[in-house]
Amino acid sequence: MKDFSATRLRFTLNGRAVATLVDPMLRLADLLRDHLHLTGTKIGCNAGDCGACTVLLDGCQVCACLIPAGQIAGRAVVTVEGLAEDGRLSALQAAFLRHGAAQCGICTPGMLMAAADLLAHQPHPDEAAVKDALGGVLCRCTGYRKIVEAVLDAAGGNAAAPALADADGVGARAEKSDGAAKITGSEAFGADRRPPAPFLSLRVIRSPYPHARFTLGATAALMAAHPGLVRVLTAADIPRNLFGIYPTGKDQPVLAEGYVRYRGEAVLALLGDAETLAEIAERDLPLHWEPLPPVTFADAATPEASQLHPHAPGNVLCRGRVVAGDVAQGLAAGAARAAIAITTSFVEHAYIEPEAGYARRVGDRVEIFACTQTPYMDRDELAGILGLRPDQVRVIPSAVGGGFGGKLDLSLQPLLCVAAWLTGQPVRQIYTRPESMAATTKRHPARIQAEAAADAQGRLTAFRFDGDFNTGAYASWGPTVAGRVPVHAMGPYRVPHVAAHATALYTNDPPAGAFRGFGVPQAALATEALMDQLADALGADRLDFRRENALRPGDRTATGQVLGAGAALVACLEALRPRWRALRDDAARRNEASGGPERFGVGIACMWYGIGNTGMSNPSEMVIGVTPAGRVTLFSGAVDIGQGSNTILRQIAAEALGVPAAAIDLVTGDTDLTRDAGKTSASRQTFVSGNAARLAAEALRAAILREANAAPEAGLTFRDGAIVIAHDGIETRLTPAAMVADAEGLVLRGEGRFDPPTTALDDDGQGVPYASYAFAAQIAAVAVDTALGTTRVERIVAAHEVGRAINPTLVEGQIHGGIAQGLGLALMEEYVPGRTENLHDYLIPTVGDVPPIEVILIEEADPLGPFGAKGVGEPALVATAPAIFNAIADATGVRPTTAPCTPDRLLALLHANTSKTAR
Amino acid sequence: MGLYLRPETLSDALSALAAGRYTVLSGATDHFPARVLATPAEDILDISGLAELTAIRIDAEGIWIPARATWAAVHAAGLPAFAGALVAASREIGGQQVQNAATVVGNLCNASPAADGIPPLLALDAEVELARLGARRRLPVAEFVLGNRRTARAPDELVLGLHIPRPARPARSVFEKLGARAYLVISIVMVALAAEYLPDGRIAALRAAVGACASRALRLPALEAALLGRHPDPALVTAEHLAPLHPIDDVRASAAYRHAAALTLLRRAVANLGAPEGRPS
Repeated sequence: MKDFSATRLRFTLNGRAVATLVDPMLRLADLLRDHLHLTGTKIGCNAGDCGACTVLLDGCQVCACLIPAGQIAGRAVVTVEGLAEDGRLSALQAAFLRHGAAQCGICTPGMLMAAADLLAHQPHPDEAAVKDALGGVLCRCTGYRKIVEAVLDAAGGNAAAPALADADGVGARAEKSDGAAKITGSEAFGADRRPPAPFLSLRVIRSPYPHARFTLGATAALMAAHPGLVRVLTAADIPRNLFGIYPTGKDQPVLAEGYVRYRGEAVLALLGDAETLAEIAERDLPLHWEPLPPVTFADAATPEASQLHPHAPGNVLCRGRVVAGDVAQGLAAGAARAAIAITTSFVEHAYIEPEAGYARRVGDRVEIFACTQTPYMDRDELAGILGLRPDQVRVIPSAVGGGFGGKLDLSLQPLLCVAAWLTGQPVRQIYTRPESMAATTKRHPARIQAEAAADAQGRLTAFRFDGDFNTGAYASWGPTVAGRVPVHAMGPYRVPHVAAHATALYTNDPPAGAFRGFGVPQAALATEALMDQLADALGADRLDFRRENALRPGDRTATGQVLGAGAALVACLEALRPRWRALRDDAARRNEASGGPERFGVGIACMWYGIGNTGMSNPSEMVIGVTPAGRVTLFSGAVDIGQGSNTILRQIAAEALGVPAAAIDLVTGDTDLTRDAGKTSASRQTFVSGNAARLAAEALRAAILREANAAPEAGLTFRDGAIVIAHDGIETRLTPAAMVADAEGLVLRGEGRFDPPTTALDDDGQGVPYASYAFAAQIAAVAVDTALGTTRVERIVAAHEVGRAINPTLVEGQIHGGIAQGLGLALMEEYVPGRTENLHDYLIPTVGDVPPIEVILIEEADPLGPFGAKGVGEPALVATAPAIFNAIADATGVRPTTAPCTPDRLLALLHANTSKTAR
Repeated sequence: MGLYLRPETLSDALSALAAGRYTVLSGATDHFPARVLATPAEDILDISGLAELTAIRIDAEGIWIPARATWAAVHAAGLPAFAGALVAASREIGGQQVQNAATVVGNLCNASPAADGIPPLLALDAEVELARLGARRRLPVAEFVLGNRRTARAPDELVLGLHIPRPARPARSVFEKLGARAYLVISIVMVALAAEYLPDGRIAALRAAVGACASRALRLPALEAALLGRHPDPALVTAEHLAPLHPIDDVRASAAYRHAAALTLLRRAVANLGAPEGRPS
């Protein structure tokens, strides 16, 4: 880092004159955030690739990360903080709130500013103009559709505004409880809160090699050369230098001990002031590397491959299997038989918020403020690393700028905590985009072989699945993938004879961990290809074939579980049928009319997904109570990562308590203030934590009614510090201020705990792995340019069985966002270690890539769900990529077998097919 | 401590360049992305204050794109149809945030093999005007861009702008970009074609350029010759015309794919040259 002498800078910021002394080469984004303390402008990449930092400069949108402070002299800057006037939201902000256009909120300021530029210059834009204006801002949560609708609505355009909910209980399109904070820029993400000064910054030195030994020389010369360098942490400084998700899978060091297993693995941590740390060149570090040949996914299972972990002979982390019936017999009995081999790539979560936070030591405790999906697992794991008791660690989750499973693993937390513990000073770190991508987990690449058979009547007789999953250097969530995949591999179908195996293999790639679907989206690519192939072989309609075989209530799954009510795949397929016919007819017409290289096709795919952990306890506990001031507070340990669990849990609690949601205050996440609600993962918060919130609220209601000696059907109102209980025209009042508060400051309370009833699976995978399953079917319509191999998804229709939509706007938002990620998985996303560690080489869908999406919600109440509801987060994504692959096959006659199906891959397939036909 | 200069006159800027080594900074949209992980020690000459290098000029000679003209300014300038390729490219460079800050000249000077701006400039036969203290010179774009991130600009020179000559005959130009997503995408391949027409619609002169298929964008002389005197017809474009290209395999596409895609894009561009809309001017 080279500083430039500070110069006097005068400019206008949000309408006010500002004069400041500043380094003229400071990025405007840093000037706003670090010097002027306006943290509404977010930094996602510092390279102009994501647009999160978009602000207006003289009325035109620019990336604040690409503007040197010296260039704003005399000019006008407007940030998200400047949108609201006199504390009133702008029409654009209000529209974002109404449409649910903000999920995690990290891209929202950038989206708002880009849209503000558009509307100022073009008050009545059409959808194409909106897309052009927003094309430079990436969003990973929403799938963009609700953002586009909100902008058109704000412009008085043609987007129908959703009716604002009159009520805000279960089933209402209630506004997000944290929505206002997200659209005004006031939400505090990991990088938005600074520790109390003075504090240290932390920089991690990472391995440049995928597999190597190293030695560390003396650091004295380095320390002497850089007086601002306070300390160099090595493996020897970590009290217990091993961590991992599973009790038996703790195989990852916080800092490598002379041996690294992936490019990007942490080797050293430097502590000091940020400027000093930035100016230290890697070549000046006393590290001596001895690179070793890396173990790749292709050779990990071969006898010649190096053995990466002593506990994992053959580099096998673990295996999962589900076996039912006799698959060989079932395959032989089939009138039609099909086989497929599928390969998938590393997929990066690409949340727009890079990991950030700080830790500080408070007496004999450590507190960490950082982005996470799982505060309690973090607390326990950090305690283990530090050699402390769990109650000596306090985890305060920041707002999370996208997670998708990627923030389930510890990232910067261990080193921050160790550093704060050892130095006694607060320690802060913000990952750069390349660091976030190189260091953290990915979706498992898969290598799948599968086959299936059906009888002449079109009934599936057998399904065989063998999948290798590249779990990378460390276990992380690999066991979850190996366990979940065999249960789901045969898809939501009745199959008497099943043999499904999954193996997680160690390699010298980045650790593969949790990513929306835990391997099921990869498996579904194979399964749903087989369904099309079998249907075609039997001359059956592809939707009808799936309907014939769909799991129904009372059916027995391959694990031997008998499904209850809510197994409503048939209803999903029937809901799609009219669209299926119309879109197929439309594609046939356009293919006939097209004289050019463009071919049109329609694909369908189904999915099922078990809610919660696989055959393991995963309880959630909630507390709700009344304060002496007469307010109701829900203490929820569930972390809202943008999907809306804060809003959902409040709606559920409100419904169960019998009050409006707005009457309930929320305290969330903080491990000192809430109970363990488990991780935000496995699509479990609505189902599991929702039940806990419902039970807690019911208990509180019972406590209030008991106190007032009132009938069960009495109405509750919290008014002017009193609880008013009304029944048969008679009002009873309780006065919380006059009641005795307990240790947590509550005068009345209810507690709820829910653990989904499951059983462990036996060696053949038999048992009850999940208490509830979600079902869905999606249709994709595509246009393929057969001369270029490019695929444009024109439309998605998604029918999802959600039990009960607690908040339809949020459910749709989850489905839109999952579809966008599924589209990326299908067509463009491929992480290559060392090659794509940025958001211009690693591509995620932009606003122009996500087509119109029609969501059809099927509500068959789940008997176990809170008010019938199930999870939707992961189910949203699973069916999309298979539907797109099937649509490409439908359009072109060639079947993609590698994800992503990039233009070069598809063109090669098309050419191979042409030359085959020519022969 | 590095030097940061932001002169307000060209002579001050050139004096600075004569006196020391500077990294020239303009729109900064390539500058900062190259410094995400580490910032080298460097002195900066920020030319964003040079008001005299801002206004696009359109006259009988042609078009003057000065160093400070942004892509957004190019898009808004109402350029004549013969420069259509450059106007089309102006909406494909990054998002609108980048188009509002980045300049055409900056795109040229950064000299990325995948720079979307360079094939149109080659097709439009643009010349680069450079100045050093007391001297000016002009170079064709093809001689200015030497290779991947290498140009003929001497350290004491500043690019003042680009001259795009007005064709003697009715002319139009087209640009075709291929990327793996809709917005914000580095091109896999892009092509630009500029044609001048005889009164009967046959091609009197053609320049064709392809980007991202070599260490720098290249003209295709054999293709240009093959279309001379002919009506624009995609069937006239053959794989042999692509002989100068030597694309690489990278994360965006294979070399073989780039060859195939360049051929397809060139054929489509030729078809567009003959399309009835957008009469030559």
